[in-house]
Amino acid sequence: MLTLTSHHKTALHALPAGPKLAALALITAGMLALPTAASVWALAVLVALVHLALGRGFARQAARALLPLWPFLLILLIWHFWTDAPERGALVAGRMLTAVALANLVTMTTRLDAMIALVERITQPVARWLPPRRLALAIALVIRFTPVLMDKAVILGQAWRARSARRRNPRLVLPLVLAAIDDAEQVAEAIRARGGV
Amino acid sequence: MERSLTYIALFAALIAALGLVPQITLATGVPITAQSLGVMLCGTVLGARRGALAAGLFVALVALGLPLLSGGRGGLGVFVSPTAGFALGFPLAAFVAGWVVEKWQASIGIAAFAGALIGGVGVLYLCGITGMALVLGKSWPEAALLVSPFIPGDLLKAGLAAGVTRGLAQLRPGAVLSRAG
Repeated sequence: MLTLTSHHKTALHALPAGPKLAALALITAGMLALPTAASVWALAVLVALVHLALGRGFARQAARALLPLWPFLLILLIWHFWTDAPERGALVAGRMLTAVALANLVTMTTRLDAMIALVERITQPVARWLPPRRLALAIALVIRFTPVLMDKAVILGQAWRARSARRRNPRLVLPLVLAAIDDAEQVAEAIRARGGV
Repeated sequence: MERSLTYIALFAALIAALGLVPQITLATGVPITAQSLGVMLCGTVLGARRGALAAGLFVALVALGLPLLSGGRGGLGVFVSPTAGFALGFPLAAFVAGWVVEKWQASIGIAAFAGALIGGVGVLYLCGITGMALVLGKSWPEAALLVSPFIPGDLLKAGLAAGVTRGLAQLRPGAVLSRAG
């Protein structure tokens, strides 16, 4: 399955995940302390320039990742135009855009295996309750079985369309959950047969 | 142990699959996905602890950068966006849904409906609205107003979750871990 890591290679890809996440936390927390809309938007422009400096294809991909925020920007625009507080609206909108863009920047420039390795390192102190081996196995199972279950959902939908002219039926959820449960039983048996976790 | 682990992983995958298959559009024109249905089922089928772990595993994978949220969203940006409260509320919602089914010894269908309603709608919206109020700088009632169009769809999903849980209790009684003791 595809991850959200960008295939446009940038200088940020080479940095280790830990420092990038620490920087993200610091900058995001610092931004909340910025008092005026102008200062927040100055930071937003700076972040946009950083994206452009990393490459146009990369910047375009990052812009696409911000698309789900447009409805909320529209709400803020209408709301603050209505309540006559445009300065406040600009501040809130700028914070939201910048925070999400910065977080996406880390996600887009960090490989999944680097993130998983970081999680394993961070969870080291609680390894007694959260054994890294089991965590890694669970992550691998989710990554493997999400597309499997999606395929099953599509097949169930096609079978339904073949035998009925009506719209897709919510009753199809039950066989999908059954498929998940039967897969879980079989995989559990297979893991036990190989020595367990 | 192995069974617990694979159930948790497969239900996390189920949340993802339900969110990514094409969405249904309600009569009111509001598109809904079945993602929160997956969260409800984690609780009502797996019980409080395992349900919360499955939903937590799902949220963790979204944070690591997998596009598993409905519409193929994912990554760290999700957790500072207006919908952050919903994503972060998934484990708590599943926990409460499972807790209700475990504690209330009514028939499985009724208990699952109550669990899905309290956990999967009540608790999830409490978290979601709080997150939206914080990110958008609105008061709590104002944020509640913004998400209200989605509530009817989620009420339907609670009913669906109850039906599926009851069906499972008949077809695979051993798999309904929330009632397996």
